[in-house]
Amino acid sequence: MPPEPTGGPPAEAATRLLADGPSVINVGLESFATELAGQDRPVVHVDWVPPAGGDPRLARLLAKLLT
Amino acid sequence: MSRTNAAARIDIANAEALRRMLAGDPWLIDVVAARDVLPRLGQRRILHAGPPIDWARMCGPMRGAVAGIAVFEGWARDLSEAEHMAESGAFVFEPNHHHDCVGPMTGMTTPSQKLLVVENRAFGNRAYCAINEGLGKVMRFGGNDADVLDRIRWLTTEFGPALGAALRQLGGIALKPLIARGLTMGDEMHQRNVACSSLLLRQLAPAMARTSPGGEALARALAFIAGNDQFHLNVAMAMGKAIMDPARGIENSTVVTAMCRNGTDFGIHVSATGDRWFTAPVEMPQGLYFPGFSAADANPDMGDSAIVETVGLGGFAMAAAPAVVGFVGAGNAADALAITRLMREITVADNPEWAIPALDQQGVPTAIDIRLVVETGITPTINTGIAHRKPGVGQVGAGVVKAPLGCFTSALEAVAETMGVA
Repeated sequence: MPPEPTGGPPAEAATRLLADGPSVINVGLESFATELAGQDRPVVHVDWVPPAGGDPRLARLLAKLLT
Repeated sequence: MSRTNAAARIDIANAEALRRMLAGDPWLIDVVAARDVLPRLGQRRILHAGPPIDWARMCGPMRGAVAGIAVFEGWARDLSEAEHMAESGAFVFEPNHHHDCVGPMTGMTTPSQKLLVVENRAFGNRAYCAINEGLGKVMRFGGNDADVLDRIRWLTTEFGPALGAALRQLGGIALKPLIARGLTMGDEMHQRNVACSSLLLRQLAPAMARTSPGGEALARALAFIAGNDQFHLNVAMAMGKAIMDPARGIENSTVVTAMCRNGTDFGIHVSATGDRWFTAPVEMPQGLYFPGFSAADANPDMGDSAIVETVGLGGFAMAAAPAVVGFVGAGNAADALAITRLMREITVADNPEWAIPALDQQGVPTAIDIRLVVETGITPTINTGIAHRKPGVGQVGAGVVKAPLGCFTSALEAVAETMGVA
């Protein structure tokens, strides 16, 4: 059974989120960040793509050769 | 988390490749006849830019240059006969890189031509490149008419020997400090060489005056250098080759030791795999065109000049040359900074001796690691001239081209195989 919500810090965070709106870190698709910025929401975009463009075979090879 | 054994071995090998690159001490020392220094360059053997290619697959400007250089060498009476000879297999074609050479665009190297000699005094190796012909209709862009051939004859009979005599009188010119200064004066040494050409002229002029046989010949030689903003490009290319060759053949190293193109294919060499070529179809440059020309006239990218990017200059040093970024149609000064920063994502380290003022003296990004290229999908940015796709026309613009990812992917798989990693 998951623990019951107890209030406290998570609830405070939720309250702040509702009051102030979210601050967003967007990873990957830049269009999501652009959309939020267009609504005057604070957003930081992280330019990221999956290793080897998402090719699983090359990604496995890189895991052995690079990390 | 500890690194895998293979990754650690590659890191050690790449550190050695970087060490050799940074330790290089290139000097422009002489001008010599190709036949005197390239023993395997026999009759009717033509060296060209890029990876291996035969006549059937050569692009228009490469064919134009082949025909022109065959007439220059006296192997054919005219361009038409030269083309027929090429078609019938009368010439042997080999890459410059197989002969310690590099050549811009079409990159013709044949026995009678005079070659710049750059010696890497830290390792004792030498590299060669033909003398830059100037701008406009020139053989490196596929030009082959009488004016083009006459200029090459003059470079061979008058200018080349005069330049060689001056260099010998000087005891050579150290190139590392010249490049360092040029970077502070707005050159990136591929599409902008105006500062380095001027700095070279300042050093050469007194020696040329001392060694020149006569007043008019000296005047012609000095005017030729002074009138050619790209004079230093071929020096930078021979320098790049001289720096990179000692970094070849290091077991397990994934550092790129050469990038080049022949107008049809793009090819790379990687340290661990020595002289094995990894090729992919070459891309079209994106750039700006001279009045009267458009992208419809353009040939796909050509030349061994990407050896300049291989050592961390050219597109990798774009931040040093904000004037170039507009000339090649790649944006504004902020874009120039961004391009150099992007190239840091795929290189092993910065070169502290070649610093860029606009990046707070950060060194140029150095030693391209194919692992990082494949991981990020960021491919090297290369500044380039654009040739007309038809033989005999010449340069029609300048731009930027990306190295194709396929070369790096196949090279990575080959290195993995040599290491027993699947």
